[in-house]
Amino acid sequence: MGRAKRKPGPLARRPDNSAFKQQRLPAWSPMLTANTVLPFFYFMALICMLLGVWLLLTVQGTQEIKLDYTEAGTCDKCFEKRKNVSSAAESCICKVVFLVEKPFKGDVFFYYGLQNFHQNLRRYMDSRDDGQLVGRKSNLKEPSSYCEPFAKDQNGLPIAPCGAVANSFFNDSFTLTYYGSSGDPVKVPLLRTGITWYTDKNVKYRNPQIDNLTLAQVFEGTAKPLYWKKPVYELDPLDPTNNGFINDDLIVWMREAAFPNFKKLYGVLYHDKLFTDGLPAGNYSIDISYNFPVQYFQGRKEVVLTTLTWFGGQNYFLPIAYLVTSSLILLIAVILTVAWWKFGKKGKNMEE
Amino acid sequence: RLEMFRKRPPPEEERRVRANDREYNEKFQYASNCIVTSKYNIITFLPVNLFEQFQEVANTYFLFLLILQLIPQISSLSWFTTIVPLALVLSITAVKDATDDYFRHKSDNQVNNRQSQVLIRGSLQNEKWMNVRVGDIIKLENNQFVAADVLLLFSSEPHGLCYIETAELDGETNMKVRQSVSVTSEPGDPNNLASFDGEVVCEPPNNKLDRFCGTLYWRDKKYTLTNQNMLLRGCVLRNTEACYGLVIFAGPDTKLMQNSGRTKFKRTSIDRLMNTLVLWIFGFLVCMGVILAVGNAVWEREVGSLFQSYLPWDPPVDNFLFSAFLSFWSYVIILNTVVPISLYVSVEVIRLGHSYFINWDQQMFCSQCNTAAAARTTTLNEELGQVEYIFSDKTGTLTQNIMSFNKCSINGQTYGKCTHLTHSHTKSCTYLFKVGDSHTHEFFRLLSLCHTVMSEEKSEGELVYKAQSPDEGALVAAARNFGFMFCSRTPGTITIREMGQPVTYTLLAILDFNNIRKRMSVIVRNPEGRIRLYCKGADTVLLERLHPCNQELMNITSDHLNEYAADGLRTLALAYRDLTEDEWEAWAESHRCAGKATSCREDRLAATYDQIEQDMMLLGATAIEDKLQEGVPETIAILSLANIKIWVLTGDKQETAVNIGYSCKMLTDDMTEVFIISGHTVQSVRQELRSALSFELNGGVKQLQCSPPPPSNLTDNISGEFALVINGHSLAHALEADMETEFVSTACACKAVICCRVTPLQKAQVVELIKKHKKAVTLAIGDGANDVGMIKSAHIGVGISGQEGIQAALASDYSFSQFRFLQRLLLVHGRWSYLRMCRFLCYFFYKNFAFTMVHFWFGFFCGFSAQTVYDQYFITLYNIVYTSLPVLAMGIFDQDVPDHRSLEYPKLYEPGQLNLLFNKREFFICIAQGIYTSVVLFFVPYTVLSDATQSTGVPLADHQTFAMTTATALVIVVSVQIALGTGFWTVINHVCVWGSLGSYFTIMFALHSQTLFRIFPSQFHFVGSAQSTLLQPVVWLTIALATAICIVPVLAVRFLKLALRPRLSDTVRKYTKTHVSEGRLGTRGGSRRSGYAFAHQEGFGELITSGKNMRLSSLALATFASRHSSSWIDTLRRKKHTHTHTPPSTSEEPLFGLTKGQMMMMYI
Repeated sequence: MGRAKRKPGPLARRPDNSAFKQQRLPAWSPMLTANTVLPFFYFMALICMLLGVWLLLTVQGTQEIKLDYTEAGTCDKCFEKRKNVSSAAESCICKVVFLVEKPFKGDVFFYYGLQNFHQNLRRYMDSRDDGQLVGRKSNLKEPSSYCEPFAKDQNGLPIAPCGAVANSFFNDSFTLTYYGSSGDPVKVPLLRTGITWYTDKNVKYRNPQIDNLTLAQVFEGTAKPLYWKKPVYELDPLDPTNNGFINDDLIVWMREAAFPNFKKLYGVLYHDKLFTDGLPAGNYSIDISYNFPVQYFQGRKEVVLTTLTWFGGQNYFLPIAYLVTSSLILLIAVILTVAWWKFGKKGKNMEE
Repeated sequence: RLEMFRKRPPPEEERRVRANDREYNEKFQYASNCIVTSKYNIITFLPVNLFEQFQEVANTYFLFLLILQLIPQISSLSWFTTIVPLALVLSITAVKDATDDYFRHKSDNQVNNRQSQVLIRGSLQNEKWMNVRVGDIIKLENNQFVAADVLLLFSSEPHGLCYIETAELDGETNMKVRQSVSVTSEPGDPNNLASFDGEVVCEPPNNKLDRFCGTLYWRDKKYTLTNQNMLLRGCVLRNTEACYGLVIFAGPDTKLMQNSGRTKFKRTSIDRLMNTLVLWIFGFLVCMGVILAVGNAVWEREVGSLFQSYLPWDPPVDNFLFSAFLSFWSYVIILNTVVPISLYVSVEVIRLGHSYFINWDQQMFCSQCNTAAAARTTTLNEELGQVEYIFSDKTGTLTQNIMSFNKCSINGQTYGKCTHLTHSHTKSCTYLFKVGDSHTHEFFRLLSLCHTVMSEEKSEGELVYKAQSPDEGALVAAARNFGFMFCSRTPGTITIREMGQPVTYTLLAILDFNNIRKRMSVIVRNPEGRIRLYCKGADTVLLERLHPCNQELMNITSDHLNEYAADGLRTLALAYRDLTEDEWEAWAESHRCAGKATSCREDRLAATYDQIEQDMMLLGATAIEDKLQEGVPETIAILSLANIKIWVLTGDKQETAVNIGYSCKMLTDDMTEVFIISGHTVQSVRQELRSALSFELNGGVKQLQCSPPPPSNLTDNISGEFALVINGHSLAHALEADMETEFVSTACACKAVICCRVTPLQKAQVVELIKKHKKAVTLAIGDGANDVGMIKSAHIGVGISGQEGIQAALASDYSFSQFRFLQRLLLVHGRWSYLRMCRFLCYFFYKNFAFTMVHFWFGFFCGFSAQTVYDQYFITLYNIVYTSLPVLAMGIFDQDVPDHRSLEYPKLYEPGQLNLLFNKREFFICIAQGIYTSVVLFFVPYTVLSDATQSTGVPLADHQTFAMTTATALVIVVSVQIALGTGFWTVINHVCVWGSLGSYFTIMFALHSQTLFRIFPSQFHFVGSAQSTLLQPVVWLTIALATAICIVPVLAVRFLKLALRPRLSDTVRKYTKTHVSEGRLGTRGGSRRSGYAFAHQEGFGELITSGKNMRLSSLALATFASRHSSSWIDTLRRKKHTHTHTPPSTSEEPLFGLTKGQMMMMYI
């Protein structure tokens, strides 16, 4: 109204003649015409084709060995042993042997895999205390209620790290041995750190900091999770800096998998002596400290050895999906071209 | 409503008011004159407003969800995912309500604080309106608003008369007369009123504007009081210096306030469809919930129970069935985003935007009356794109209600060539009259004498004519222009200025007009003493009463009349008769007898009139143009090309209506047949309707036997164009329950329907009839109070503003000042609104299904545990930030073809009428597309990521990476989709689309930043996900693949549709050649239509001759022209109209115009 008053006379209420108000803003009105759509489809098909071929070639350069060790080799004994609750605490070592026919070139990654283990259940995923894991002392002693029923042990001591996720920590350990041409076993060196996200290791997981106290002292007054054999500050006996909440294995485990079948990184081949170029061909064995029971939930355990390209491990789905998509687009493009050529109406209904 | 909380006194049985006795009146606790239209005050605002808002089902639903989310066992989403949008919606609505209420408070204050003069203890004191009490005597001055419903006690005018204008009350702009009770007006001195102590006993407050009954007891005498004695609040005092009144009803008890009822809230068909669909979606939601709950039961039994050592059930859960029950509710929470709360808000925002575009449209601005179009209801815009039936008033809507003297035939000679006059002043036109020709003089003398126009000399020497009908005004003005100026009249004389010479005629009798006589006469004695009767009237009646010697002249004149009628002019024939003194005496005597008769006075008078109006000599004929509004024929032609059927509902007579039908090209001579239904009995109407219908069905071959009415779907095979004209009395029969289907099927087969002589109620009934029988959107357009019923009952009511009273405009949903703007409103704004709303809804449902259904697929992999795929912040912000603006921008700005194209190709309007752009089928297509997208968005990342790893070897199959990938792919896919859906990329669209994408990435990085995580580690545990995920090439390859798979089929289908079955709009858009449609704007031949159009009511004849001449003080007239339209009454009327958002636009509106009502002013 205020503006209207400034313009006296018969046009006082005349609306402004601005492009916006008159809906005459300059605009681009794209149309789906044959000249744009058809070339676009062919172009898309081509791009997808090229990507698919490129990816396929890349993937073919990778090598992968999957080894289900749930009941394989000598592990069947351990499998049976883990069935019994009474013998759950006993240790069990078993061995699985396999043959690498072609050498693994480059970086070799060692994964453990679980099948039918649901890390993606809502209550499971909620059952953790990120405050505790980032080293908040209050949360260390008073874990979040989300951790129930893994927040306190029978004695009422707070569990660190609390919650179902930490409690179900995968605790098998592996030793990879190479039997070279001479037949002597050589332990394959694996790097057991640097297998996490940078942010996880450096931001998301922190040990509680108390001046001049050792880790064990910091965690005093807390209990280890129910299913754990060792407390959190003794997870890595070899590397004292890899203990507590910032233990790489723990961090890897705590990053919940989205699907029930998943693999998690266990270690990376250390290029040393025999293994400077990767894993040579030959016989290998894995000594497994078989702790994690899977028979309760009908799960399987496996180890995976793989080399990587720039887009990850041996993953045939992506290139094939691109190739299939490409051919479908091509097919559609051809159909569209034919349809347009044969039946296309060119504005006849304007005359109606 | 606040009244709910207030204790209500028992309903009044009768009202007793004693003048000047406040103590006595206070006993009854009558309402004070303070009006409260506002709903809240500062303290009650929050609770009352929230209470009102939660009466909306949608809001309550979201509140229910919020409560569900607070139950930890169920809560699958954090509470803020619901409360953020809910709070946003509630606060936006609250702010809007608060603003509205603020303005109501302001207008209440303004009204309540108006000054009024109250007679207290013998002296006049200024009081605020709100302090006026029942029983007070108040003084009113000229041009003041009446403060309350008062009983008129004393008027400064003779006979205790006073004049009021009731435009604010009932929309009628003519003045009405009120008279005080004779006994109270006698005192002569207003000061005596201070001692007046009469007591009034009357009916309790009610809303009947035209009725009042009560009794005044004073000095032991009883006086009956009627509505004639009342001045109602909202009236304006005119032509009366001052008057005094006793306040009977105050404040909320006044008839004005009692009438401001709740207006019916109109909903659009899209609204109703949307509500149905939302219900369906709820059903769908429940189905999904049940499926997933069953899945959960099975899973918990088969797998979950084994997994218990790692994840025991929650304490209250003891078996899988209970777990499934909880899972059901958890999924209801997760999947609720298929019906997001933002849907309703967005729809409102879009409609508001469209309303502003209507308000801003310069091409709907009328510079003559300085009125822009106004969308008074903001909730109906898209329905403007679906209109099939238009019901139009005639006078003031199609026509300007300006009559111009256009042609005349004098003594067999026709004059006047110009057919297009722009003003009612005929000065500009050249007429070559034979100067000194006695016939010509007599002709114009008749025009200056034979009328009931009153004149008043204004102070500047200007003559103002006040005519009872515009025709009369035009004729008198014409006579003035040709040298016969009507100057003044007294009850017994008429003074005219003949070629400059003042001549005074003695007025012996006025034989006034009525509808049966269709003519009026005056009998005058000229200064020479000759007595002559001058008569003007409909040619049909008048030509019968001529002296036989006129035969030849009559034939010539009759030809002229035909010519004029063919031009769509209203014609009148003029005649005179010389009377001898004896004849006059004899007749006067019989007239006196008839006048005194107690029974059948009307009939007897008519008979005496008939007796003298015989053997007259024909003078000639006049032709008056009932000027159409600008562009009416063109508009009607374009609208009918757009398949819109136009019905004219008018109170006018059949001839007038048909005449206008021809002149605005609704009726053409090319039409196969124009049926006229004018039967007076049920049988005859039925007969006429049936024969019309069978005629239509047989392609114009008249059938003699009447077949029973065929079902209405047969109306497709009608060949030829038909039109139907139906009279009010026939319509009354046709609207009866047993005949209405026949009427509808006959009428709907016609291209044009004209209903004449219809009452306001019938207008509304006709609209209701079509609403009932045809599932079509109806639009009613009118300008007067008599159109209010039809405006309110039609789906869309349009009021012509800026000319008549504001009643129609107030009741309407849209108002503008010219009929021709209707084409722009419908074909441009309506069409765009419909298109935009449909595109918006399609996309909106699509994007939410694509978003939500991913959870459903994920359910099969996460043990149906109601784990969400996305980050909770993504869920919160998806609908309100990431995807809201582009679709809003599309919904507000999209255009498929430019506006002038939609006017050039009216056929473009058809998809709206057929409801093609958004219906259940389209909805299912959108849903299917959404579900397809969700499948792709879930399974492509699933298959790729479950094996993929980062280049550092870290697997990508963790939940957070998956969430990020899917979310990013989703945002990109829906953005590409909106980009494809946007047909009109303005800067704003670019900003919105790119801005939304940008905001997604920005906000994601911000939410996943270390800073936030350090403060709230548990809330922001996605820390680092954005960085580590979006840096992976394989993630981008996945997103690209998913996007391609989602988009390519859509693109292909759209292209195929365009190439094989393009819509007209696509073609128009593609080809910019202009084909201006020819339409039906051809010339039409002349067929005879006798057009006599005169006033519908009796004139001022009786008033003039009775001597009770209306006194028009020049002061009053001067101010009459600049009437004030008070905005407070607007606001008041809109009180309950809470869903209108347009601010009151009236202030200082010059309402003066040539009005349809009964008065007309001609400035000389």
